[in-house]
Amino acid sequence: MCGIVGLFLKDRTLEPQLGSMLTKMLVTMTDRGPDSAGIAIYSTDSMDKSKIVVQSDDPETDFEQLDLAVSKAIDAPVSMTIASTHAVLTMPNGLIEKARAAIAELRPALRIMSRGTALEIYKEVGLPKDVADRFEIGQMSGTHGIGHTRMATESAVTTMGAHPFNTGDDQCLVHNGSLSNHNSLRRKLRREGIHIETENDTEVGAAYLTWQMQKGASLGEALERSLDDLDGFFTFVVGTKDGFGVVRDPIACKPAVMAETDQYVAFGSEYRALVDLPGIEEARVWEPEPATVYFWSHTDQPTHEKAA
Amino acid sequence: MQTLDMAEVALREMNATLHAQAEATNQTAWEILNPKGAHAIACGLDAPIEVTVKGSTGYYCGGMNKQATIHIKGSAGPGVAENMMSGTVVIEGDASQYAGATGHGGLLVIKGNASSRCGISMKGIDIVVHGNIGHMSAFMAQSGNLVVCGDAGEALGDSLYEARLFVRGSVKSLGADCIEKEMRPEHLELLADLLDRAGATARPEEFRRYGSARELYTFKIDNAY
Repeated sequence: MCGIVGLFLKDRTLEPQLGSMLTKMLVTMTDRGPDSAGIAIYSTDSMDKSKIVVQSDDPETDFEQLDLAVSKAIDAPVSMTIASTHAVLTMPNGLIEKARAAIAELRPALRIMSRGTALEIYKEVGLPKDVADRFEIGQMSGTHGIGHTRMATESAVTTMGAHPFNTGDDQCLVHNGSLSNHNSLRRKLRREGIHIETENDTEVGAAYLTWQMQKGASLGEALERSLDDLDGFFTFVVGTKDGFGVVRDPIACKPAVMAETDQYVAFGSEYRALVDLPGIEEARVWEPEPATVYFWSHTDQPTHEKAA
Repeated sequence: MQTLDMAEVALREMNATLHAQAEATNQTAWEILNPKGAHAIACGLDAPIEVTVKGSTGYYCGGMNKQATIHIKGSAGPGVAENMMSGTVVIEGDASQYAGATGHGGLLVIKGNASSRCGISMKGIDIVVHGNIGHMSAFMAQSGNLVVCGDAGEALGDSLYEARLFVRGSVKSLGADCIEKEMRPEHLELLADLLDRAGATARPEEFRRYGSARELYTFKIDNAY
């Protein structure tokens, strides 16, 4: 089953409430996916800095002086904020690749959740409410965000099997559905040199988008092509630095409802997820069409149109 | 008028109250407040009562309905009026996928648009949609009437049996074994009655009729693989 929520704020005065609004939406979707939950929050507070979010099963050991070690390795200042099993490492722009390689060397057990200037991904096994509380998502502010509640069908219930999946700098993907050609596609993508860590179908979907973009496609084009190359059921919501996108497979059995007002564009697997949003009674509410790529962006030159 | 406020009454308690209404109940008018997209509202009713839902509903509103008249003053989630036996369900807004699926009888009116798979496997229900319908509508529809005042999506009436489909606007594509058929006087008469009962202003002459060519293996065994 799985539940997806997304919120793109047009009204900047709502930004301090993004985390709390999104958490409420996510918790409403608990019965669609009680196995694990995750949230991707985009904030424009520190666009002159880059962030890597890492996860550990043993945070006390792994996060011990991690900032100092990474700082030394990349020869630049690194600050760290720890939230439960996750740590956000902040560094000057242009050093993400170097820092990622250093982390892999220094603390091989760490998992990279996300990378980018605006994006932070938090995800764990457990009920959506517990996951949101653990990372204090409700206190976070931002311009837009997406969230996912997982009912696992294709692979094990693990942190790495939880959504969102990071597909590139400041990009992520959540999925409701099940891909049926993920095994063959995984083999193909691995042959192309794309790193795929788990047996999860959505990770293959994410890796597919990464691969397309490495070949020069924009995210919008990559999503168009996914309609041809991915077999199975999917409603995808993708996050970008400046907005989010939605695409459903041509059969479109996986539900999707959208609502738009002057203040926001919101996505929910069900209308229930949207009912507490301000002005929902007067919002334009509709279902996104099958096999159609939608995007909303905060800028005139959205990143989903640019070649990677 | 009896009022059930879902901010105060639990879903099961609300449905149980409606189920408890006997054939000859004096409490014939019910109002449900704060539905907020909840699932299975007013499901399995079996009494000649009128229920008005003030807002939008989630999955399966009015499912398995018998006798009752249910008005949804908002939009309906997936599977509205699924397997309806008799009675009426009227939706002021839009309906999500598989509206009226497998319905055996009664009338389902959707004043907005219906999504994909509207009337899938319908078995005698009448469905009137004031707006458009999505893809794969009336898939394997067995009997009953589907009336669409707007346009129909891809693969209309795929693997159809004996249901009649009437569309006023365009049809993106017809499904396997579904063909256009002549509109005879009895069809115009039937349409006029359905449109009238559904409060639609369209004229019967503006519609085209579609039905089964009866060529699939279900009709002709030689056409099986």
